[in-house]
Amino acid sequence: MQPIISISNLTKTYKSGHQALKRVDLDIRKGEIFALLGPNGAGKTTMISIICGIVNPSSGTVTADGHDIVRDFRAARTKIGLVPQELHTDSFETVMATVTFSRGLFGKAPHPAHIEKILKDLSLWEKRNTKIQELSGGMKRRVMIAKALSHEPQILFLDEPTAGVDVELRRDMWGLVRELRESGVTIILTTHYIEEAEEMADRIGVITKGELILVEDKSVLMQKLGRKTLTLNLSEPMTTIPAELGEWALTLKADGNELEYVFDTNAERTGIPSLLRRMSDLGIAFKDLNTRQSSLEEIFVNLVHTPAGEAS
Amino acid sequence: MMFNRHAVWSIYKFEIARFGRTILTSLLTPVITTSLYFIVFGSAIGSRMTEVGGVPYGAFIVPGLIMLSMFTESISNASFGIYMPKWAGTIYELLSAPVSPFETVVAYVGAAATKSLLLGLVIFATAHLFVDVQVAHPLLMLGFMVLIAATFCLFGFIIGIWAKSFEQLQVVPLLIVMPMTFLGGAFYSIDMLPAAWRTVALFNPIVYLISGFRWTFFGKGDVAIGISLAATCGFLAICLVIISWMFKTGYRLKN
Ligand SMILES: Nc1ncnc2c1ncn2[C@@H]1O[C@H](COP(=O)(O)OP(=O)(O)OP(=O)(O)O)[C@@H](O)[C@H]1O
Ligand SMILES: [Mg+2]
Repeated sequence: MQPIISISNLTKTYKSGHQALKRVDLDIRKGEIFALLGPNGAGKTTMISIICGIVNPSSGTVTADGHDIVRDFRAARTKIGLVPQELHTDSFETVMATVTFSRGLFGKAPHPAHIEKILKDLSLWEKRNTKIQELSGGMKRRVMIAKALSHEPQILFLDEPTAGVDVELRRDMWGLVRELRESGVTIILTTHYIEEAEEMADRIGVITKGELILVEDKSVLMQKLGRKTLTLNLSEPMTTIPAELGEWALTLKADGNELEYVFDTNAERTGIPSLLRRMSDLGIAFKDLNTRQSSLEEIFVNLVHTPAGEAS
Repeated sequence: MMFNRHAVWSIYKFEIARFGRTILTSLLTPVITTSLYFIVFGSAIGSRMTEVGGVPYGAFIVPGLIMLSMFTESISNASFGIYMPKWAGTIYELLSAPVSPFETVVAYVGAAATKSLLLGLVIFATAHLFVDVQVAHPLLMLGFMVLIAATFCLFGFIIGIWAKSFEQLQVVPLLIVMPMTFLGGAFYSIDMLPAAWRTVALFNPIVYLISGFRWTFFGKGDVAIGISLAATCGFLAICLVIISWMFKTGYRLKN
């Protein structure tokens, strides 16, 4: 099937000389939820802004539903809705006026019933005649989502939709995104939160320093992310790992004072109880133990430094 | 979709609504200023200088007054219209919409020009309260007003894209256009100047615009009407070239 968005060789160098995107290639499948993960300054917003026509690419091409975003910008943009990262709203307009305006801007004839449905879905209907400046931050974000949905886009970009948003709105938003997906809309969202990607996405892309270093089905990636590290602080330092513990693939750390065991939380058996039993059989004592989840940071570092394939 | 008329109409309505929020000040201000000009220039100066080239002084300054307000208001309305979304960040939506540069200009400049035209007519009506002005070529007068409104709104639109601060937004209308209009014969005929100054004045493009507009009122101006029209259209053409260059390169709109 033809990808709904096809990015090839996309590069962006800002006037400051900063290279924000380095030869990015990416295909987004029709109807999927794609989460773009990456630390601050990775280039997520830059990539979205280019696709939406807000930033000029330095080189490379992007097509949206087969339409080149530069040559055939009208057809491409009609299909796309964008909720940017920053809250940018008019102050003096009412909610209703600003959402109606957006629909017109995207070339669609007025459709009050559709606008009503969106405002109701986003719990904005009661506020429809309120001036935007009188709304709270979370409500303004809802207004921006309503604007992006006003012209019934086939592709929706959500740039950090849940940054600075309370739990309830986050739940609502996730629900809305799922509903949109059901109706066939392709969704691309960026986030810093692994849990969010886990909750929502079908596929995940990881970008750092302008490079897309990994694109993977969520299930596959979550397995990698599901790994934890068990650290045992030994009572007595050890020089070599006894052969009897060979089946656990342990590593010795901190000058032989610590044993580290990496295990998979998604696996049927973690191997921890048997490891501890075997150690006690061998008379190896430990003072303390702890487990920790690989952090997003570590995963990025791992992904950058280990060649593909080795990581899993 | 060859022409995104829904978008043009949406932007146009948005801009008109923006003007509508300040309609009282927008319309009262020109009425009051015009009245003041008539009291100061018309009565004080007019009592000493009864006519210019056969036209009573009070009537003589009407076209100049209309032009002065239309120049400055066109620039500030149009520049504000595009500068505000840039400043507030809401421009992202326009940039991401299926709207061509041509449609953007038609909508923004069209709305600003509508307001300028209205303003010009209000001043014209106010002037009638003070003096008796006969217009020799009413249709041409209207046409000239439309042309001037469009040209200066285009010019304002350029300034709005160029400006990086509210201060820069004010600089051109206040520090350049206003003085040039005063010096450009808004309230006198350049024939009244000494020969040397008259030559200098002819380098001021505003002279041609005011002269042309005055011609539509009294059938005579400082320069021939053809030259005035050519100068106006030339200015319009320059603005169009600059705007299309701005959109082509994304100048100060896109990174
Ligand atoms: N207008 C600009 N001019 C110069 N550099 C820019 C501009 N916009 C962004 N950058 C730089 O490009 C890089 C990528 O920025 P971008 O906003 O795309 O990151 P991001 O992944 O969205 O980050 P965040 O998670 O913080 O939103 C950053 O180093 C940023 O400083
Ligand atoms: Mg960002």
